[in-house]
Amino acid sequence: MTVAASTTQSRYDCVVIGGGHNGLVCAGLLARGGRSVLVLEAGAQVGGAALTREFAPGFRVSAGAHLLHLMPADLSRELQLEAHGLEWAARGMPSTAVVVGGGGLGLGLEEAQQGLSVADAQAYAVYTARMRRFAAALAPMLSRLPPRLGTTAWADRLSMLRIGWEIRKLGRRDMRELLRIIGMNVYDLLEENFDSAALKGALGFDAVLGANLGPRSPGTVLTLLYRLAGQSAAGAAGLSQPKGGMGALCDALAKSASAAGATIRTGAPVATIVVEGDRACGVVLESGESIGAHSVISSADPKVTFLRLLGARYLDTGFVRRVNHIRSHGLAAKLHLALNRAPAFSGVDGSALSGRLLIAPSLQHIEHAYNHSKYGEFSGAPIMEITVPTANDPTLAPAGQHVLSAIVQYAPYALKEGWQSGRQRFMDTALKQLEKFTPGLRGCIVGAELLTPADIEQEFRISGGHWHHGDLAFDQFLMVRPVPGAAQYRTPMDGLFLCGAGCHPGGGVMGVAGRNAAQQVLKSS
Amino acid sequence: MTESLAPHFKQPLLKTPFHERARALSQIDSFVPWAGYTTVDVFSTMEQEYFSIRNATTLYDLTPMVKYRVSGPEAMPYLNRLVTRDVAKLRPDRVAYCVWCNDAGHLIDDGTIFRMGESDYRICTAERQIDWLLDSAIGFDVQIVEVTEQIAALAVQGPTSCAVLKTMGLWGVEKLKPFEIGYFMLGAHPLTVSRTGFTGDLGYELWMEPGAALGLWDALMEAGRSRGIRAIGSQALNVARIEAGFLLPNVDFVSAEHTIRTGRDRSPLELGLGWLVDFNKGHFTGRRALLQEKTQGPRRQLVGLDIAGNKPAHNALLYTDDSGKREIGSVTSAIWSPTCKRNIALAIVDAPHFQIGSTVWAEIYLNRELVWERRMSRAQVVERPFFAPERRRATPPAEF
Repeated sequence: MTVAASTTQSRYDCVVIGGGHNGLVCAGLLARGGRSVLVLEAGAQVGGAALTREFAPGFRVSAGAHLLHLMPADLSRELQLEAHGLEWAARGMPSTAVVVGGGGLGLGLEEAQQGLSVADAQAYAVYTARMRRFAAALAPMLSRLPPRLGTTAWADRLSMLRIGWEIRKLGRRDMRELLRIIGMNVYDLLEENFDSAALKGALGFDAVLGANLGPRSPGTVLTLLYRLAGQSAAGAAGLSQPKGGMGALCDALAKSASAAGATIRTGAPVATIVVEGDRACGVVLESGESIGAHSVISSADPKVTFLRLLGARYLDTGFVRRVNHIRSHGLAAKLHLALNRAPAFSGVDGSALSGRLLIAPSLQHIEHAYNHSKYGEFSGAPIMEITVPTANDPTLAPAGQHVLSAIVQYAPYALKEGWQSGRQRFMDTALKQLEKFTPGLRGCIVGAELLTPADIEQEFRISGGHWHHGDLAFDQFLMVRPVPGAAQYRTPMDGLFLCGAGCHPGGGVMGVAGRNAAQQVLKSS
Repeated sequence: MTESLAPHFKQPLLKTPFHERARALSQIDSFVPWAGYTTVDVFSTMEQEYFSIRNATTLYDLTPMVKYRVSGPEAMPYLNRLVTRDVAKLRPDRVAYCVWCNDAGHLIDDGTIFRMGESDYRICTAERQIDWLLDSAIGFDVQIVEVTEQIAALAVQGPTSCAVLKTMGLWGVEKLKPFEIGYFMLGAHPLTVSRTGFTGDLGYELWMEPGAALGLWDALMEAGRSRGIRAIGSQALNVARIEAGFLLPNVDFVSAEHTIRTGRDRSPLELGLGWLVDFNKGHFTGRRALLQEKTQGPRRQLVGLDIAGNKPAHNALLYTDDSGKREIGSVTSAIWSPTCKRNIALAIVDAPHFQIGSTVWAEIYLNRELVWERRMSRAQVVERPFFAPERRRATPPAEF
């Protein structure tokens, strides 16, 4: 089981491919479990799509994800992230829907009372409480091993039963309501509940954020509940911003893993996973260096892991076919602006800048924005999730200046005209959309960057530039995520595991996939 | 070829390049569809045609066999990942009988792989497979093109077939060993000859461009006149292939890609094709599942049966004893073998009753002038093939 190599070859119990948050969580837990662990990160710094970097002279930004709200509190505690340097710039950040023609609608329960009609305000309280109950019922599912399909093993049956039991425990009324809505689209659900276009737009936004879906697409209630379940599992902290940006989280994860004994190497891209005797037994780096391992754990997306690093020849055709069919084309772009003053959103209280601002004026608007993407075009009036990280953490920009970070949808990966010419046009479109709400913004831009899904693919090495490593949808979650045969973190290749966002429970800076995977690796050897 | 330009609803079945001759020879107008073509089931009588296979020379139009050209630098590794046999061992100008499986190790189809050049292969198979073949090509530098319509194919089978081909002018054809490919010219037309077939007898398969088809047919008929050459249909061939113990898709097994009910798909180990599975050649689709099955032992197996009496056991259920209480399998193909003078069948039998020498009981239904009678017949599990004459392998073949 040793790899043939001419040079002296290092050997570890576990080699983790990719130093993003899931890779680092996995490595940290494996090291705590007494394994010798090596993390191989292709980039110059750890973090994957959760890193902080400069995008204009003196301005730094979380280049991928810009908010933390899904990582379970017990996981941060277990890895002692605060002891390893994680500090918070903000916790419990508010959300505000920016309203066309000026003004903002705070989405916190109490603030919302002021901006809504009596009927909407009442309905909002009921809706929020109910969705929280549903989310809490679904939350335990995220940290469990999904059952395998088509087996008669008791562990799998039990796992299925537990999912059913969590839902049954809601009581008859809630269970019926959950089963009624779970396959619905979020448009219909919100239409049932509210009148306010701004409220519906903002609530619907979270259902389609990062998804290949519009509010009228089937399954959008599921994506919304999934996000809420993740937040519920994460604990009470709510939307959070680490001091120093998301990169600081991964720095803390890296320190935590190192302290537990893991070795972390950056600038070490893996070329291939080595197979001998039908077992993964190491990796070869692009430099040609080979490293032996008892287990190889990949946080790269399933397509990269199976089709590029391992190779179809080591897998069965049906499995390769399923991997090839994973829908993993991203639709979210990331806009970074360096500003010489704080942006001013008309009619919105300046304190809202310390939270997230949503540009999603109505469900109709989101649906229109989505329509373009179906035909390979970007939205003419995109929807956005905006943060101004410098409002909470001035260290990210020169004194008195600011950074605006926005997720902009929809920007399809396979843009018909190509991103070469499309990038500048989409940037203009996004700025035009922003200016409707922050007049005069262009005048204070001193630097700008737009990451299209094509750029995200390039920079973060994610096929299709999809930050979830594959759409979160009915047919791509739980026991069919990423595909049957690899949904329990093990893969058809002995010794090879997955630990990235492509696995259950998916993307967002959550770390649960990394933790679940580590448990399986520890169990296997 | 002008016919194929007609709209499909005007000619739901295509005609092979030999159709004109077949139509002229057909005495009872017995045509059946096969893979989108109209083909002959019986020309005159099945018995006459069958005995020509075993005693003279026969022509059988196998143009509808689906053919794929597989080429490119990774054609060999591609095929090795596709099929269960070690294709690396297949030398140029040789043919190998192969099967390919899905992930669960269940048979999708069987067929022959021809190595036409260093990196140039041809797959001949009963069913269209382009979807599976292309999905199997993900990650391989290989081109796959269907060439069914570009190649006319004719099986020339029977003890005098070599002599007929020599008379026609194929000098040196007698040197071809079983599963070897030879290249000849017939007038201005190139002709590829492989010593392969579906009869279990001495025989060849001839591959040519469609334009050369009728000329070849006429030349063969002329050359074979004194050696009892005869065109045959699928029914006669079916008897010969059962005697030879060959499997027919959708009769002896259903492609795993087409089965709906669980437990209806078959592994090569269950079909008695374990000798085609090479676990030591590296990975191929279904390997992990087959390895597991091999460790556990197959739950059922396709076997040959020698059945008492002379009534073919068509579709018979099989039992442990003549009480008919415990069912242990069923017959997939059955005939009275005219050459062996035995009542034979291919059958799927549950463990442990598939051991050679085991006795099972077949429930045979007989229609006697519209009155059905049921008969329990003792049957013995026997070795396949039922008929394997030395002449099928002899090189050079004897002069007849």
